[in-house]
Amino acid sequence: MSDERDLIRGVLGPQGPELTCEQCFEELDRYVELELAEDDPDVAVPGMRAHLDGCPACREEHDSLLALAERD
Amino acid sequence: MQVRKGCVTATVAAPAPDLTDDEWIEALRLRSDDALAALHRLLVRAARFEVGRRRAALPHLRGELLDDLAVQSADDALVALLAKLDDFRGDSRFTTWAYKFALLEAAVRLRRLAWQGREVPLESESWERLAAPGSSPERDVELRELLDALRAAIEEQLSERQRHVLVSTTIAGVPIDVLAERLDTTRGALYKTLHDARQKLRRRLAEQGFDVGAWT
Repeated sequence: MSDERDLIRGVLGPQGPELTCEQCFEELDRYVELELAEDDPDVAVPGMRAHLDGCPACREEHDSLLALAERD
Repeated sequence: MQVRKGCVTATVAAPAPDLTDDEWIEALRLRSDDALAALHRLLVRAARFEVGRRRAALPHLRGELLDDLAVQSADDALVALLAKLDDFRGDSRFTTWAYKFALLEAAVRLRRLAWQGREVPLESESWERLAAPGSSPERDVELRELLDALRAAIEEQLSERQRHVLVSTTIAGVPIDVLAERLDTTRGALYKTLHDARQKLRRRLAEQGFDVGAWT
Protein backbone atom coordinates (compact mmCIF):
# COMPACT_ATOMS: atom_id res chain seq x y z
CA MET A 1 0.00 0.00 0.00
CA SER A 2 2.76 2.47 0.84
CA ASP A 3 4.31 1.93 -2.59
CA GLU A 4 1.08 2.97 -4.26
CA ARG A 5 0.70 5.92 -1.91
CA ASP A 6 4.28 7.01 -2.70
CA LEU A 7 3.53 6.64 -6.39
CA ILE A 8 0.36 8.75 -6.13
CA ARG A 9 2.21 11.36 -4.07
CA GLY A 10 4.98 11.46 -6.65
CA VAL A 11 2.60 11.84 -9.57
CA LEU A 12 0.36 14.47 -7.98
CA GLY A 13 3.14 16.38 -6.24
CA PRO A 14 2.82 18.75 -3.32
CA GLN A 15 -0.28 20.69 -2.38
CA GLY A 16 -0.18 24.46 -2.32
CA PRO A 17 2.22 27.04 -3.70
CA GLU A 18 5.81 26.06 -4.29
CA LEU A 19 9.01 27.68 -5.48
CA THR A 20 10.42 27.08 -8.93
CA CYS A 21 13.72 25.22 -9.37
CA GLU A 22 15.50 28.54 -9.98
CA GLN A 23 14.04 30.12 -6.83
CA CYS A 24 14.92 26.98 -4.89
CA PHE A 25 18.57 27.26 -5.92
CA GLU A 26 18.65 30.95 -4.99
CA GLU A 27 17.25 30.32 -1.51
CA LEU A 28 18.83 26.95 -0.78
CA ASP A 29 21.82 28.14 1.27
CA ARG A 30 19.67 30.43 3.43
CA TYR A 31 17.07 27.71 3.96
CA VAL A 32 19.69 25.14 4.95
CA GLU A 33 21.31 27.44 7.48
CA LEU A 34 17.91 28.28 8.97
CA GLU A 35 17.29 24.55 9.27
CA LEU A 36 20.61 24.06 11.05
CA ALA A 37 19.77 26.94 13.39
CA GLU A 38 16.23 25.54 13.90
CA ASP A 39 14.99 29.01 13.02
CA ASP A 40 11.66 28.43 11.22
CA PRO A 41 13.00 27.91 7.69
CA ASP A 42 9.51 27.31 6.30
CA VAL A 43 8.28 30.64 7.64
CA ALA A 44 11.25 32.49 6.17
CA VAL A 45 11.17 30.67 2.82
CA PRO A 46 7.55 29.71 2.09
CA GLY A 47 7.10 27.26 -0.74
CA MET A 48 10.55 25.69 -0.33
CA ARG A 49 9.38 22.58 1.54
CA ALA A 50 6.64 21.97 -1.02
CA HIS A 51 9.14 22.26 -3.85
CA LEU A 52 11.56 19.88 -2.17
CA ASP A 53 8.69 17.41 -1.77
CA GLY A 54 7.84 17.69 -5.46
CA CYS A 55 11.28 17.88 -7.09
CA PRO A 56 13.59 14.94 -6.36
CA ALA A 57 16.60 16.60 -8.01
CA CYS A 58 16.35 19.75 -5.87
CA ARG A 59 15.69 17.58 -2.82
CA GLU A 60 18.89 15.61 -3.41
CA GLU A 61 20.89 18.81 -3.68
CA HIS A 62 19.23 20.16 -0.54
CA ASP A 63 20.08 17.00 1.38
CA SER A 64 23.69 17.18 0.27
CA LEU A 65 24.06 20.87 1.14
CA LEU A 66 22.48 20.29 4.54
CA ALA A 67 24.87 17.42 5.26
CA LEU A 68 27.91 19.36 4.05
CA ALA A 69 27.06 22.62 5.85
CA GLU A 70 26.39 20.67 9.02
CA ARG A 71 30.04 19.56 9.01
CA ASP A 72 31.40 23.13 9.02
CA MET B 1 45.14 30.79 -10.84
CA GLN B 2 43.93 31.31 -14.39
CA VAL B 3 40.23 31.27 -15.15
CA ARG B 4 39.01 30.70 -18.67
CA LYS B 5 35.67 29.74 -20.06
CA GLY B 6 34.48 26.49 -18.52
CA CYS B 7 37.86 25.59 -17.10
CA VAL B 8 40.24 26.52 -14.31
CA THR B 9 43.92 25.84 -14.32
CA ALA B 10 45.65 26.16 -10.96
CA THR B 11 49.00 27.90 -11.17
CA VAL B 12 49.24 28.96 -7.53
CA ALA B 13 49.01 26.45 -4.71
CA ALA B 14 48.00 28.83 -1.94
CA PRO B 15 46.94 27.74 1.54
CA ALA B 16 43.22 28.12 2.25
CA PRO B 17 42.76 31.60 3.72
CA ASP B 18 40.60 32.00 6.78
CA LEU B 19 38.51 34.80 5.36
CA THR B 20 35.35 36.50 6.52
CA ASP B 21 32.49 36.60 4.03
CA ASP B 22 33.27 40.23 3.14
CA GLU B 23 36.93 39.36 2.63
CA TRP B 24 35.99 36.46 0.34
CA ILE B 25 33.85 38.74 -1.81
CA GLU B 26 36.43 41.51 -1.95
CA ALA B 27 39.28 39.13 -2.81
CA LEU B 28 37.23 37.38 -5.47
CA ARG B 29 36.13 40.66 -7.02
CA LEU B 30 39.82 41.47 -7.36
CA ARG B 31 40.38 37.96 -8.78
CA SER B 32 43.09 37.35 -6.18
CA ASP B 33 45.06 34.23 -7.09
CA ASP B 34 45.05 33.04 -3.48
CA ALA B 35 41.31 33.51 -3.12
CA LEU B 36 40.56 31.80 -6.44
CA ALA B 37 42.76 28.86 -5.53
CA ALA B 38 41.15 28.57 -2.09
CA LEU B 39 37.69 28.78 -3.56
CA HIS B 40 38.52 26.10 -6.11
CA ARG B 41 39.68 23.79 -3.31
CA LEU B 42 36.45 24.47 -1.45
CA LEU B 43 34.41 23.60 -4.54
CA VAL B 44 36.41 20.44 -5.21
CA ARG B 45 35.72 19.39 -1.62
CA ALA B 46 31.98 19.91 -2.11
CA ALA B 47 31.94 18.09 -5.45
CA ARG B 48 33.86 15.14 -3.97
CA PHE B 49 31.38 15.08 -1.11
CA GLU B 50 28.54 14.73 -3.62
CA VAL B 51 30.40 12.02 -5.52
CA GLY B 52 30.95 10.16 -2.26
CA ARG B 53 27.25 10.25 -1.43
CA ARG B 54 26.32 8.72 -4.77
CA ARG B 55 29.23 6.40 -5.32
CA ALA B 56 27.32 3.29 -4.27
CA ALA B 57 24.85 3.89 -7.10
CA LEU B 58 27.67 3.94 -9.66
CA PRO B 59 29.69 0.80 -8.83
CA HIS B 60 30.81 0.34 -12.44
CA LEU B 61 32.70 3.64 -12.56
CA ARG B 62 36.37 3.88 -11.66
CA GLY B 63 37.43 6.15 -8.82
CA GLU B 64 39.71 8.08 -11.14
CA LEU B 65 36.84 8.92 -13.46
CA LEU B 66 34.70 10.03 -10.54
CA ASP B 67 37.48 12.24 -9.22
CA ASP B 68 37.88 13.82 -12.65
CA LEU B 69 34.16 14.45 -12.60
CA ALA B 70 34.47 16.16 -9.21
CA VAL B 71 37.24 18.44 -10.45
CA GLN B 72 35.36 19.28 -13.67
CA SER B 73 32.29 20.07 -11.58
CA ALA B 74 34.35 22.38 -9.40
CA ASP B 75 35.80 24.09 -12.49
CA ASP B 76 32.35 24.81 -13.88
CA ALA B 77 31.01 25.77 -10.45
CA LEU B 78 33.80 28.32 -10.07
CA VAL B 79 32.92 29.96 -13.36
CA ALA B 80 29.20 29.98 -12.48
CA LEU B 81 29.87 31.36 -9.01
CA LEU B 82 32.11 34.18 -10.22
CA ALA B 83 29.38 35.21 -12.66
CA LYS B 84 26.93 35.42 -9.75
CA LEU B 85 29.29 36.97 -7.20
CA ASP B 86 27.28 40.18 -6.96
CA ASP B 87 24.18 38.12 -6.06
CA PHE B 88 25.67 37.02 -2.72
CA ARG B 89 23.52 38.78 -0.12
CA GLY B 90 25.09 37.43 3.04
CA ASP B 91 21.94 35.47 3.95
CA SER B 92 24.18 32.47 4.65
CA ARG B 93 27.87 31.88 5.18
CA PHE B 94 29.83 32.42 2.00
CA THR B 95 31.06 28.83 2.12
CA THR B 96 27.50 27.43 2.24
CA TRP B 97 26.54 29.68 -0.67
CA ALA B 98 29.57 28.47 -2.62
CA TYR B 99 29.02 24.79 -1.89
CA LYS B 100 25.65 24.75 -3.63
CA PHE B 101 27.23 25.63 -6.98
CA ALA B 102 29.56 22.63 -6.81
CA LEU B 103 26.88 20.27 -5.49
CA LEU B 104 24.58 21.21 -8.35
CA GLU B 105 27.25 20.71 -11.01
CA ALA B 106 28.33 17.36 -9.56
CA ALA B 107 24.79 16.09 -9.00
CA VAL B 108 23.71 16.88 -12.56
CA ARG B 109 26.80 15.20 -14.01
CA LEU B 110 26.30 12.11 -11.85
CA ARG B 111 22.62 11.75 -12.73
CA ARG B 112 23.45 12.04 -16.43
CA LEU B 113 26.29 9.56 -16.08
CA ALA B 114 24.01 7.08 -14.36
CA TRP B 115 21.61 7.30 -17.32
CA GLN B 116 24.23 7.33 -20.05
CA GLY B 117 23.27 4.80 -22.71
CA ARG B 118 19.87 4.13 -21.13
CA GLU B 119 16.69 4.83 -23.02
CA VAL B 120 13.86 6.74 -21.38
CA PRO B 121 11.26 3.97 -20.78
CA LEU B 122 8.24 3.89 -23.03
CA GLU B 123 5.05 5.24 -21.52
CA SER B 124 3.35 1.88 -22.02
CA GLU B 125 5.97 0.20 -19.80
CA SER B 126 5.64 2.87 -17.16
CA TRP B 127 1.86 2.52 -17.05
CA GLU B 128 2.22 -0.88 -15.44
CA ARG B 129 3.26 0.81 -12.22
CA LEU B 130 -0.17 2.43 -12.13
CA ALA B 131 -1.91 -0.94 -12.25
CA ALA B 132 -4.23 -1.32 -9.29
CA PRO B 133 -3.55 -4.03 -6.68
CA GLY B 134 -5.56 -7.21 -7.01
CA SER B 135 -6.34 -7.91 -3.36
CA SER B 136 -9.80 -7.26 -1.93
CA PRO B 137 -9.78 -5.16 1.26
CA GLU B 138 -12.00 -2.08 1.18
CA ARG B 139 -8.99 0.23 1.17
CA ASP B 140 -7.74 -1.46 -1.99
CA VAL B 141 -11.07 -0.77 -3.69
CA GLU B 142 -10.67 2.91 -2.90
CA LEU B 143 -7.07 2.80 -4.09
CA ARG B 144 -8.05 1.01 -7.30
CA GLU B 145 -10.68 3.66 -8.05
CA LEU B 146 -8.18 6.45 -7.50
CA LEU B 147 -5.51 4.79 -9.62
CA ASP B 148 -8.02 4.18 -12.42
CA ALA B 149 -9.18 7.80 -12.29
CA LEU B 150 -5.61 9.02 -12.18
CA ARG B 151 -4.65 6.96 -15.19
CA ALA B 152 -7.69 8.21 -17.12
CA ALA B 153 -6.92 11.81 -16.16
CA ILE B 154 -3.32 11.44 -17.36
CA GLU B 155 -4.56 10.12 -20.69
CA GLU B 156 -7.42 12.57 -21.18
CA GLN B 157 -6.46 15.82 -19.47
CA LEU B 158 -2.79 16.28 -20.30
CA SER B 159 -1.12 17.42 -23.49
CA GLU B 160 1.26 14.95 -25.10
CA ARG B 161 4.28 16.83 -23.74
CA GLN B 162 2.81 17.12 -20.23
CA ARG B 163 2.08 13.39 -20.25
CA HIS B 164 5.58 12.53 -21.44
CA VAL B 165 7.24 14.70 -18.79
CA LEU B 166 4.97 13.52 -15.99
CA VAL B 167 5.16 9.81 -16.80
CA SER B 168 8.91 9.87 -17.42
CA THR B 169 9.84 11.75 -14.25
CA THR B 170 7.28 10.59 -11.71
CA ILE B 171 6.48 7.03 -12.83
CA ALA B 172 9.47 5.84 -14.84
CA GLY B 173 11.94 7.57 -12.51
CA VAL B 174 13.92 9.46 -15.14
CA PRO B 175 15.84 12.29 -13.41
CA ILE B 176 14.57 15.67 -14.54
CA ASP B 177 18.07 16.81 -15.61
CA VAL B 178 18.42 13.75 -17.82
CA LEU B 179 15.07 14.35 -19.47
CA ALA B 180 15.84 18.05 -19.86
CA GLU B 181 19.07 17.26 -21.67
CA ARG B 182 17.34 14.81 -24.02
CA LEU B 183 14.54 17.24 -24.78
CA ASP B 184 17.03 20.10 -25.19
CA THR B 185 15.47 22.23 -22.48
CA THR B 186 16.13 23.20 -18.87
CA ARG B 187 15.24 21.62 -15.55
CA GLY B 188 13.22 24.72 -14.65
CA ALA B 189 11.19 24.63 -17.84
CA LEU B 190 10.45 20.92 -17.43
CA TYR B 191 9.46 21.37 -13.80
CA LYS B 192 6.99 24.08 -14.87
CA THR B 193 5.48 21.59 -17.33
CA LEU B 194 5.32 18.97 -14.58
CA HIS B 195 3.76 21.43 -12.14
CA ASP B 196 1.06 22.44 -14.62
CA ALA B 197 0.31 18.78 -15.35
CA ARG B 198 -0.02 17.99 -11.65
CA GLN B 199 -2.39 20.90 -11.15
CA LYS B 200 -4.61 19.62 -13.98
CA LEU B 201 -4.69 16.13 -12.48
CA ARG B 202 -5.50 17.41 -9.00
CA ARG B 203 -8.35 19.56 -10.34
CA ARG B 204 -9.76 16.67 -12.35
CA LEU B 205 -9.66 14.24 -9.44
CA ALA B 206 -11.24 16.82 -7.13
CA GLU B 207 -14.06 17.35 -9.66
CA GLN B 208 -14.68 13.61 -9.54
CA GLY B 209 -15.00 13.71 -5.76
CA PHE B 210 -11.65 12.24 -4.74
CA ASP B 211 -10.12 13.54 -1.54
CA VAL B 212 -6.68 13.92 -3.06
CA GLY B 213 -5.28 15.55 0.07
CA ALA B 214 -5.91 12.37 2.04
CA TRP B 215 -3.61 10.47 -0.32
CA THR B 216 -0.84 13.03 -0.63
